[in-house]
Amino acid sequence: MTDKLPSNGVITNPWRRLSEFTAARIGLGRAGISLPTDRLLEFQLAHARAQDAVHLPLDVEALCRDLTGLTNDAPPHVVHSRAADRMTYLQRPDWGRRLDEASRERLSHNEDIPQAPFDLAIVIVDGLSSLAVQQNAEPFLRALIDALDDDSQYDWRLAPLTIVEQGRVAIGDEIGELLNARAVLVMVGERPGLSSPDSLGLYLTWAPKVGLTDAYRNCISNVRPAGLAYPDASRRLLYLLRESRQKQLSGVHLKDRTEDETIDHQGGSIRNFLIS
Amino acid sequence: MAKEYHYTLGGQRYRFKNLAELMAKATPSRSGDRLAGVIAASAEERVVAQMALAELPLKTFLEDLLIPYESDEITRLIVDTHDADAFAPIAHLTVGDFRNWLLSDLATPEILAGVRAGITPEMAAAVSKIMRNQDLILVARKCRVITAFRNTIGLPGRLSTRLQPNHPTDDVTGIAASILDGLLYGNGDAVIGINPATDNVAQSVKLMRLMDEVIRKYAIPTQSCVLTHVTNTLEAIEQGAPVDLVFQSIGGTEATNASFGFDLSVLAEARDAALSLKRGTLGNNVMYFETGQGSALSADAHHGLDQQTCEARAYAVARHFDPLLVNTVVGFIGPEYLFDGKEIIRAGLEDHFCGKLLGVPMGCDICYTNHAEADQNDMDNLLTLLGVAGCNFIMGIPGSDDIMLNYQTTSFHDALYARRVLGLGPAPEFERWLAEMAIFADVANHRLNDALPDSFARSLANLPAGADHDR
Repeated sequence: MTDKLPSNGVITNPWRRLSEFTAARIGLGRAGISLPTDRLLEFQLAHARAQDAVHLPLDVEALCRDLTGLTNDAPPHVVHSRAADRMTYLQRPDWGRRLDEASRERLSHNEDIPQAPFDLAIVIVDGLSSLAVQQNAEPFLRALIDALDDDSQYDWRLAPLTIVEQGRVAIGDEIGELLNARAVLVMVGERPGLSSPDSLGLYLTWAPKVGLTDAYRNCISNVRPAGLAYPDASRRLLYLLRESRQKQLSGVHLKDRTEDETIDHQGGSIRNFLIS
Repeated sequence: MAKEYHYTLGGQRYRFKNLAELMAKATPSRSGDRLAGVIAASAEERVVAQMALAELPLKTFLEDLLIPYESDEITRLIVDTHDADAFAPIAHLTVGDFRNWLLSDLATPEILAGVRAGITPEMAAAVSKIMRNQDLILVARKCRVITAFRNTIGLPGRLSTRLQPNHPTDDVTGIAASILDGLLYGNGDAVIGINPATDNVAQSVKLMRLMDEVIRKYAIPTQSCVLTHVTNTLEAIEQGAPVDLVFQSIGGTEATNASFGFDLSVLAEARDAALSLKRGTLGNNVMYFETGQGSALSADAHHGLDQQTCEARAYAVARHFDPLLVNTVVGFIGPEYLFDGKEIIRAGLEDHFCGKLLGVPMGCDICYTNHAEADQNDMDNLLTLLGVAGCNFIMGIPGSDDIMLNYQTTSFHDALYARRVLGLGPAPEFERWLAEMAIFADVANHRLNDALPDSFARSLANLPAGADHDR
């Protein structure tokens, strides 16, 4: 059979229906051998959103409002990395990992810091997607705080919340150390994907201090409504928090056993229609 | 002990404390060298460094080693495998004259192939630093590196593609859907290669079997690869898995590779294991390597070298193991190493040139991340330039969007664009298959079949229940 070309010259692909099984951009059709206009513009929109997620500054005021009263009465500390602006941030990851002098000064002379260490410091970092933080930090944190409050195994004494501008994951180590916390949780906007500009990453470090590598961290990725849902992320994080506290460590020696189950469940369809 | 280098310009004497500094300062500007603190202090200092570099005899690189012989097995590999006879025709040249010679009509494809084993990565990197983009393209086009497994990659007038059907949970139906999409757009002759979402042996074996079944059922003249750690692939081979190609990411220093968890002896063991399976029908190139500028700095293993020189040294590793494919993943690493489209394009052309000059079957993952200052237009530019330069292969992915690795690379459509506009075909064996399967109505004129080929129509009819509800 040879279908007659429609007047705009676009050939559609009957296997487009397979997109039910994957988010991959399959069966896009073609004009000659090129992308049809609608598919081209769809892509451009997705890329524009991802770029905006990188470059739009975090609305710190709005975030502070969202977070009011969530952990304790004190308003969050708002601090800044050594990367002065986004262009610098993108080229100097080393500067994004350290607090600027003023922020360091403020955190180290904080009268709220007790002699006995906090059990956990929660640090919210803009990272590479302000969108991820703006949209997911507050609802996820609500789920987490509920889970921590309900924890029958441990009491969790939380340090004041910290919000970081132009920060990378490792900046949480410096903050955790300054706040005298036994563990730090960094919630960070992940590098935006074309179809996931809003992914929040969670990084847990036991005994945080400046200079630790990623080998000392545990990560839970892709926290967002269309990815790992807040209750699931909170459940996995609580597991890691307890294990970490019990074993007094984090990183490569702390295995996330909940993940094994998850991947089994996500095994999905097992049929290869190309073969059967 | 380190030898200093000097250059005098207009009464001013410039000093470079060693060869590594001279090489780094002569490198066209990029963010990774700035991050490493090895970049030229000014545009003028860069050109002065290039002038100083141009006066260096090529022999210098055999004597003044950038990383000591005793402390780095890549240096030992480069020195111990250097072929003095092959080097003889160019042994008298400076870096500047080497550029002239490469561009000249003396350097025919046959002559270039003959001197290959006499060229070290440092010589290739040095000359590339004083070449313009058009020089990199012109010379690379003269360097032919042809490899084979179940088809032939790298012939003149050919541009192959790796079909990359990644899925965030390795879902079999999802992966099969992307494979089908790619094949029906004429992609997949370099390899069908999956980056697994879950990086363990059991998962890899599952994906190897999936691809092996597809390749056998449709008799596709191509090969498969799961891009898992070399030690995982070794275990998979021991378990009897159908391994065509062994994958590994490689870098240009021993310490970089140690951070990747392997050394040269592991690669040798894996290659022997893959060869023992005798799965290639036309050739025995069984390795697939990936590289990329910035990996050594990222692993804190760059020894003060610039990232492009480190990258060229990785090609010494690659060429030692006779790979089918070597892929520089040029824009994946992010803007702290290659900031924008201009830097990515330059790096892609450098890598392709250095690889080809050294005899490596070079392809390129023409790509960018969303935090780099780059877009589809930059990728169109690099794709077109590399197509002209005779690049062996590129990636092919549905709609440019890798939903597992979260970056953008060239699409199935992009590959067809490059083939059509530059008059290139896929590997000849694969091209015949595309015609036999009626995927193309007219292969020579790059015309796809407007209708769905019969064999694939039958497969679509096998779709899992419920898949037809929207039809």
